[in-house]
Amino acid sequence: MNREKVNAFFARIPRNIVILIMILIWVIPTLGLLITSLRPLQSIQSSGWWTFLQAPTGSKEYAQNCASCHGEDGKLIAAADLTNPELIKQFDRSVLLLRTLREEVNGQPHLGSQEIPSAQTAADIVVHLKNISGVEKRPRLTLDNYVDALMGYRGTRTYAIDCAAGTPPLDINCNLSDLLNPRGMGRAFINSLLVTIPATFLPILFAALAGYAFAWLDFKGRMLLFAVLVGLQVVPLQMTMVPISRVYAQLGLNGTLLGVWLFHTGFGMPYAIYLMRNFLGTLPRDLFESAYLDGASHWTAFYKLAIPLALPAIASLGIFQFLWVWNDLLVALVFLGSSTPVMTYQIANMVSSLGAGWHLLTAAAFLSMLLPMVVFFALQRYFVRGMLAGAVKG
Amino acid sequence: MAGRPAPRIMQQGKLAPFYYLAPALIVMFFFIVYPMFTTVQLSFLNRNGTAPVATTCTEGRACWGIFENYRYALTAEFSTGSVKAFWDSFWLSSYGNTVKWIIFMVAGTVILGLLFAKLVDGIKNEALAKSILFMPMAISFVGAGVIWGFMYDYGTSQVQIGILNGIITALGGKPVSFLTQPVLSTYALIVVGIWIWTGFCMTILSSSLKSVPDEIIEAARVDGANEWNVFWKITLPIIMPTVIVVITTMVINVLKQFDIVYVMTGGNYNTDVIANRMYTEMYINFNTGRGTAIAVVLVIAIIPFIYMNIRRFIAQEEMR
Repeated sequence: MNREKVNAFFARIPRNIVILIMILIWVIPTLGLLITSLRPLQSIQSSGWWTFLQAPTGSKEYAQNCASCHGEDGKLIAAADLTNPELIKQFDRSVLLLRTLREEVNGQPHLGSQEIPSAQTAADIVVHLKNISGVEKRPRLTLDNYVDALMGYRGTRTYAIDCAAGTPPLDINCNLSDLLNPRGMGRAFINSLLVTIPATFLPILFAALAGYAFAWLDFKGRMLLFAVLVGLQVVPLQMTMVPISRVYAQLGLNGTLLGVWLFHTGFGMPYAIYLMRNFLGTLPRDLFESAYLDGASHWTAFYKLAIPLALPAIASLGIFQFLWVWNDLLVALVFLGSSTPVMTYQIANMVSSLGAGWHLLTAAAFLSMLLPMVVFFALQRYFVRGMLAGAVKG
Repeated sequence: MAGRPAPRIMQQGKLAPFYYLAPALIVMFFFIVYPMFTTVQLSFLNRNGTAPVATTCTEGRACWGIFENYRYALTAEFSTGSVKAFWDSFWLSSYGNTVKWIIFMVAGTVILGLLFAKLVDGIKNEALAKSILFMPMAISFVGAGVIWGFMYDYGTSQVQIGILNGIITALGGKPVSFLTQPVLSTYALIVVGIWIWTGFCMTILSSSLKSVPDEIIEAARVDGANEWNVFWKITLPIIMPTVIVVITTMVINVLKQFDIVYVMTGGNYNTDVIANRMYTEMYINFNTGRGTAIAVVLVIAIIPFIYMNIRRFIAQEEMR
């Protein structure tokens, strides 16, 4: 490496440090969520997620106080095999363990000349003993939280344990039908799909038609109508909800999927038309002219020429509308509510009223982020393109 | 193109365009235009929309007649005893909080977005770095609320499971309850907003930075300008129109901001904003008149930006 390169390297350091810090700030929150969602409930409550790579609870205390006689793996004394679940079940509380430690073994103090450990240390050792004996496995990472969140399990243990013990809560059947439990994320996932797919498809269809008219058809007031449309893009959602929920109440559309599809379609329209018209307008004019000279009707020109050529714009629009509807809370809250809980609604509910613990919340949040993340990373190019075309929406 | 008439050969009957436009125009009329007028109308009626709101006025109480809902929307959060009391109550109200959101969130997202766009411009892993910053855009506000709720977690005296308080206690400090202290809470929520939206600003500003011609910048460097001056005196003025577009877009986004507040604090601990207050009046207190009056206030705040949007559009069309 020559001197110039070294100098250039050092000149870049402050810049690289700033970049690195910003990236860390942007990654750490999501990383914390992901790791927490994979940790067992007790670990989440007893230590920060950033310690998840450290030695499991109690192993250090065990090594200090017990390992010299019982061995690293707990099997050294055959008469007191610490990996034997039957034996450990007799000491499953720190009080019980402490009492044993105070008793004499073969006429000698249990711990020899060592001091009796504190209650906290004893509790940690019990956790470790339960872990190595299999009485209560506490793995470093687990998928239990995801199962609990999907099935809508809100008990104090885990779905798997309760079902194995045959003591599930009332709303749990311990078979695949739990995926449809109205409190679960499995049901919410299906509901979100049911809401999102038509609410993405309909606006694209309507906007493609209208965009074609704005770009290639001549009619009076075309520019004026389009300028109004540009203005409508920024009308806030809140401005339109009250009257629509009143009309919906009369039509019986409150709480129905149809009502939400139509609402998202109507509300997504200005931006969708704007995007489609701007894209279709950039297609070469000769193309359409020669099609018409060949005797093509408008309809043929629309679906044989305009639609295939506009696929990139349709992709951008599709991603936008998909993410918008999937991530929406307000519309789901007002027009669907608890009758058809979608993922955002379910999570908002878990946060506010039901007091679900972090193990459920983090897993549920990550489940809701899964599909958008896949769509986003797979189709990022189109997303950015659509955004640069003038994304003002919401 | 759009500004010019379409070719003569394409004009197939006067009604043809409206077959294409009809579905879009019908849904837009029903879901945007009609409700806007009804919202204005409802804002002059009582809580069920059954009688003029003026009928709810009682003797000896402040009342603005048919504008009673607006009196509530505009003044209910303020104490008017003295200028000082008014000033203090303003900054704890949904209006004061919305102003804080606008100032800090717009400044934060635009400055950080521009900084990051400039810093990663041309580095080896530029695309990767940008998609990391951009990723929160794919996450729902609700998801982001959970993510940051966990970041801000206020643990027990023994253990901190939120990383911010984990760091504070590791450095010997006392844990902070970020979301319930009125002095801090709104800013804690704004940080979440910045985390979500910086990627949006960064992406748009980055593409605009790349469109600045290299020759101009090279010429300035040859003339002996340092990087700092090149940025402030040449690059920034060139991308200024885009910066302004980003700022107006962000102001609109912030004014409509609802989800973060709703999920993280529900508007408690003096974190209410206009959009959440409207939701509270409408769907928790079930007072249609007051809810719609707040919605109208929100729209009035947005009207200048609607105007700017249309003007920018017309300017763009003329350049085509």
